[in-house]
Amino acid sequence: MNLNMRKVNHRIFEKDICENKEKGESLKMSERTKIKKTQIGNKKTFGQYFRAHWQLYMMIAPPVIMLLIFAYAPMYGVILAFKDYKVSLGIWNSPWAGDHGLRNFIRFFNNYNFKECLRNTIVLSIYSMLVSMPCSIILALSLNYAKNVVFKKTVQMVSYCPYFISTIVFVGIINMIFDNRTGVVGSFLFNKFNINVLGNADLFSSLYVWSGVWQGIGFGAIIYMAALAGVDQEQHEAAIIDGATLLQRIWYVDIPAIIPTAVIMLILNMGGTLNIGYEKILAMQNQNNIAMSEVISTYSYKVSLVSSFPDFSYSTAIGLFQSLVGLVLIIITNKIANKLSGTGFM
Amino acid sequence: MKHKKLTQDRVVYFINYVMLAVFLIIVLYPLIYIISCSFSSGDALMSGKVKLFPVEPTLQSYRAVFKYKSIWTGYWNSIVYTLVGTVISMVLTLFAAYPLSRSDFRGKKVFTVIILFTMMFSGGLIPTYLLVKSLHMLNTIWAVVLPGAVSAYNVIVARTFFANTIPKELQEAAEMDGCADFLFFVKIVIPLSTPIIAVLSLWVIVGLWNSYFWPMIYLDSQELYPLQLVLRRILLLSQINLNQTSIDPETIRKNQYLGEMLKYGTIIVSTLPLMIIYPFVQKYFVKGVMIGSVKG
Repeated sequence: MNLNMRKVNHRIFEKDICENKEKGESLKMSERTKIKKTQIGNKKTFGQYFRAHWQLYMMIAPPVIMLLIFAYAPMYGVILAFKDYKVSLGIWNSPWAGDHGLRNFIRFFNNYNFKECLRNTIVLSIYSMLVSMPCSIILALSLNYAKNVVFKKTVQMVSYCPYFISTIVFVGIINMIFDNRTGVVGSFLFNKFNINVLGNADLFSSLYVWSGVWQGIGFGAIIYMAALAGVDQEQHEAAIIDGATLLQRIWYVDIPAIIPTAVIMLILNMGGTLNIGYEKILAMQNQNNIAMSEVISTYSYKVSLVSSFPDFSYSTAIGLFQSLVGLVLIIITNKIANKLSGTGFM
Repeated sequence: MKHKKLTQDRVVYFINYVMLAVFLIIVLYPLIYIISCSFSSGDALMSGKVKLFPVEPTLQSYRAVFKYKSIWTGYWNSIVYTLVGTVISMVLTLFAAYPLSRSDFRGKKVFTVIILFTMMFSGGLIPTYLLVKSLHMLNTIWAVVLPGAVSAYNVIVARTFFANTIPKELQEAAEMDGCADFLFFVKIVIPLSTPIIAVLSLWVIVGLWNSYFWPMIYLDSQELYPLQLVLRRILLLSQINLNQTSIDPETIRKNQYLGEMLKYGTIIVSTLPLMIIYPFVQKYFVKGVMIGSVKG
């Protein structure tokens, strides 16, 4: 279904965040109003449009209302971060925190846990990103060049399997395999090399990251395979004629084709850097590895919902810190990506 | 297209196959291992004898699972939460995506920003929790199902699909024939959108079935626990109360490792539903990720 988007006199283009650059054009506001006025049959005011298409607005109303309630209302709740929350007084009546409202943040930064949490969070995030992205790309390339269709489909199917396993079950499986006494891998490592996998804090990050690769590599590879499918075959043929080997072709033709996608994935992942955590890390924590496994999210969870002296405003301050850093990271990474290669999320 | 196969290429292709085969084994092995363990006897498990195939095959684990009541309430709760949650989420997502896909939709930009911004910034754990609490939704199904119902990412994927699949001419023709927007949506757009509905439903179903954190903080009473929370107690916290089951004390005494065996049985039983539908839906899954990843 090919839409003929070149009929300028038929519609108005709006610069849209996800709009394909080939298809649309962006017009300045003044030009837009000019075209609006000179077009036949398009002199509707907003009121007229609304009356004609009120059903569209009715349709989009419920989702937007849901978002306003469950996504935007909590954003106002971040005001808690600047207050000294007392349950009996509620949000609005609780007194402002000391130090011009920054007491909670100061407390967080000075907390002896903070450095540990921050370090763990960053280590796990960066380690994850550094490992999982290349692995997915390699898998995608690998599958792309596996000629036997049956084999290829089998491997693909198997590689997505772990995605469907829930976090709890997954961590349960890890605990079983790596158990010192009864686990098939764990007992081997323990008896031969005296490595206590589950109880060793230093091994936690590797365990976390590589098990994450096991779970997510198939899913990640799909995205890169979509990009690979769009590679210009003519370039490959030209390279072959010039005598390039497979590896050379991959390096010079395929990789550049994947880079825009990889950049976007990177940007999307950067935003979540500090937010890593709730489900899987919480499930994988135990007393022995807590030194390396306590991240900002789990810490804020413990300080609030499971603590005997819950401190909601403290926890909110931590959460706000995470969100803000995430937002800043997305914006910065996006700007850098834009400057370097012209692609970007926004 | 004739080209001579360079020797180096042949080697690379071969190594490629070997790598993929190794990869296949690495991914499959844990799954096979767990299945084997679930069919093995308690003694074999505790002495670590099970390597690849069941040792001392027995159905004891599964018998224990069947008699453990919490698992079945958990199962039922999960099914209910997943079904209700998926329907609500899909309806809301599609309702948001269609107007946004219409190029003539006035105010499209505003709505897009409202939806996209939620992807970049959020109120955080505590404010969301307090909100749910103040809405008196704690310890009800609604706390599990409503907050995450509208996923900005899903809306974008659906919108992209609509924009690329529903030709503008079709909509204009319908409009000229007097077909209102909503009727057009229901009668024409939805039937044309089965692929995207399949994909998004699948993502939502998997997400809801496997989630444990939000149910954990919002639900207090054990009868409302979804399966994952029950599993969490069994697998991670080792809080297995065998007295709660209807297994007779004789069997419990004889099989001192029943707790351990229960773990393996429950893993299999809880993952089974998703694993069964998996082969049928996996091609939709791939398609969906591809649609979602092509920006625009």
